[in-house]
Amino acid sequence: MSKRIELKSLDVYYKAFLAVQDVSMVIEPKAITAFIGPSGCGKSTLIRTLNRMHEVIPGARVEGQLLMDGEDVYGPDVDPVRVRRQVGMVFQRPNPFPTMSIKDNVLSGYKLNNSRMSKAEAEEITEKALVGANLWNEVKDRLEKPGSGLSGGQQQRLCIARAIAVEPDVILMDEPTSALDPISTAAIEDLAVELKEQFTVVIVTHNMQQASRISDMTAFFNIAGSGLPGKLIEYDKTEKVFSNPTEQQTEDYVSGRFG
Amino acid sequence: MTTQLNSSFRGTQDLPKWLSPTLLVSFFLASFGLQVLIASDSDSAEINFIPVAIFGLVGFTVAIYVISRIIEGVRKATDRLVTIMVSTAFSLALIPLLSLAYTVVTKGVARFDAEFFTFSMRNIVGEGGGALHAIIGTVEITGIATLISVPIGIMAAIYLVEYGRGTIARLVTFFVDVMTGVPSIVAGLFAYALFVIFFGPGVRMGLGGAIALSLLMIPVVIRATEEMLKIVPNELREAAYALGVPKWLTVLKVVLPTSLAGIATGIMIAIARVIGETAPLLLIAGFTASMNYNPLNERMMTLPVFVYTSYANQGVDMQAYLDRAWAGALTLMLIVMVLNLVARLISKYFSPKG
Repeated sequence: MSKRIELKSLDVYYKAFLAVQDVSMVIEPKAITAFIGPSGCGKSTLIRTLNRMHEVIPGARVEGQLLMDGEDVYGPDVDPVRVRRQVGMVFQRPNPFPTMSIKDNVLSGYKLNNSRMSKAEAEEITEKALVGANLWNEVKDRLEKPGSGLSGGQQQRLCIARAIAVEPDVILMDEPTSALDPISTAAIEDLAVELKEQFTVVIVTHNMQQASRISDMTAFFNIAGSGLPGKLIEYDKTEKVFSNPTEQQTEDYVSGRFG
Repeated sequence: MTTQLNSSFRGTQDLPKWLSPTLLVSFFLASFGLQVLIASDSDSAEINFIPVAIFGLVGFTVAIYVISRIIEGVRKATDRLVTIMVSTAFSLALIPLLSLAYTVVTKGVARFDAEFFTFSMRNIVGEGGGALHAIIGTVEITGIATLISVPIGIMAAIYLVEYGRGTIARLVTFFVDVMTGVPSIVAGLFAYALFVIFFGPGVRMGLGGAIALSLLMIPVVIRATEEMLKIVPNELREAAYALGVPKWLTVLKVVLPTSLAGIATGIMIAIARVIGETAPLLLIAGFTASMNYNPLNERMMTLPVFVYTSYANQGVDMQAYLDRAWAGALTLMLIVMVLNLVARLISKYFSPKG
C-alpha cells in the first residue's frame, strides 16, 4: 500500500509563530520525495505535520488542508493516533527502545498497542521487517539481545524495521543518515530505494548528493531571514531541480553558492 | 632538531614516588613525638590526638609544597597542595560516619543475639528480652506507608512530567516542595488529629503511624520519580507516538520501564528516610512491650521508638536497657543497609542494557 499525499496551502504554527507558510504540493506514491533546504527553513516541521507528530509540541497547529488519498488528515473526527499507525517515521538519531530486545523492538508497534499475536505470526513479522530493512542477516542469531547493543547504522535500520513492521502506507525519514558514517549511510540509502517499491517515502536531508542520488522528486525550502516563515521555493523532478532549476535561489543552493 | 623538540616537552624533574608517603608518616611521627615530650613535661600524662593530626598535616603540607615547588615547578606544587586539601576534606567528612558505624556496631553486638530477634519485651524487667515486636511493627508500618506512598507518588510524578501544564501543575509542584519541608512531628500530629476524628481522643494505631510516614514519604517519592521520568529521552516518546501508540500506553510501556531502575532506587531511599522516624510514631503508634501484629488495633512498637524508650526509661539493670537500645539501633542500620543493597541490585538488573 502506498498513498498520495496532497498539501493544500498548508500553514504551520508554533503558537503565534508562523513556521512554514503556504505550502502546496503533491507527494507521489511509490516514489522518494526529498525535502532540502538550509537549517531552520521548516523541512522537519513540515514532515512532522504529515503524521501529526508536530502536535506533540504544545501550541503547534496547522491551517490549510492535508489530504492522504483524498482523506483529510486534519478532519474534525480524525484520531492522530490512527494517522500515525499508517504513517511510519524514522528520526534523525536512532532511537530503539533500550528496555527491549531486537525482536521486541521490531514488534513494538504491535506490543505497545497491546495487540495479541501468535508466536509464529510474531516470528514471521519480525523476519519480514528485518529482511525488509536489510538487517536480518546481521541480527538473526541475536534477536533476544538488547537493541541498543547494535552499531548506529544497525540501530537506524532497526528503527526502519520497526516502522515498516506495522505495514504503514507512508514512511517519513527526518535526516535519517545525518548521525551515521558513509557506509551505514549507503546502506540506508539503498534501503530507501527498495522501500519505494511499496511505500510513499518522504526524506528530509541536508545532504544534497543524497537527495540527487536517491530521490525522484525534490522540494527546496528556504527562509528569508530568522523569525520569518519557511516557504516552498521549488518542487520538481530531482534531475530538473539539480540540473536546471527555475528559481535563482534553488540554483544558488544546489550549486553551493548559497549565502 | 629532534632532540630540541623533545626537550621542549620535557618538564622539570619529578619527585620520587616514595617521598610523599614517607614525608607524611615522618611528620606525623614527629608531631606525635613532640606531643609526648610536651605531655611528659607537664602534669597531664594524656596525649591529645587532635594537635598531633593538625601539626602533622600542616607540617607535611608545607614541606611537600616547598620541595615540589623547588624541584617540580609551580603547576605540580599547586596540584599536590589541592590534592592534600581535597583528601583532607574527604577524610573529615568520613570521620563522623566511620565513628558512628563503629560505635553502633561495637555497642550493638552485645545483645545482637537470637533472643533479641525472637522475644518481645512482655513481662521482662532487667536482662533478656528482645525487639521482635518492634521489628514486626517497623516492617508493618513502613510497609503500609510504602504501599500508600508509592502509587500516589509515582502517579503524581507522571502527572507532573507527562501531563501537567499551567497553574495546576505549578500548584502541585509548590505543595510537594512545602510537604518536603514538613517537620515529622507535624506529620504525626496530623495523623493523630485525623484518627481522633474517627476513633476519639487517645487513639493509638499502627495504621496512623503508616499514614504519618507516608505523608513524609510521598514528596520524596514524587521528587525522585519526577527526576527519573525527566531524563527519559524525548526521542523514545516520539518513537512510540510515531508508531501510533497512544500517550497513556507510551507512558506505561516505554517511559516507566525505561526509568524503572531509578524509580526503584528513589523508593528505597524514601523508605530509608522514614524508617528511622521516631517522633510521629511515638505520637500515634505509641509504645508497648507486647507483640501486636494488627496495625488496625492498639499500640504498636517500632524500632526507633524501641531505641528511644529503652534509652529514656532505663530500668534497674541499666546496662541491659542500654545494650538493647544499641542492638535496636544496629538492627535499624542493617535494615537500611539491606534496603540500599536491594536498590542497587534492582538498578543493576532493571536498568536498560547495552
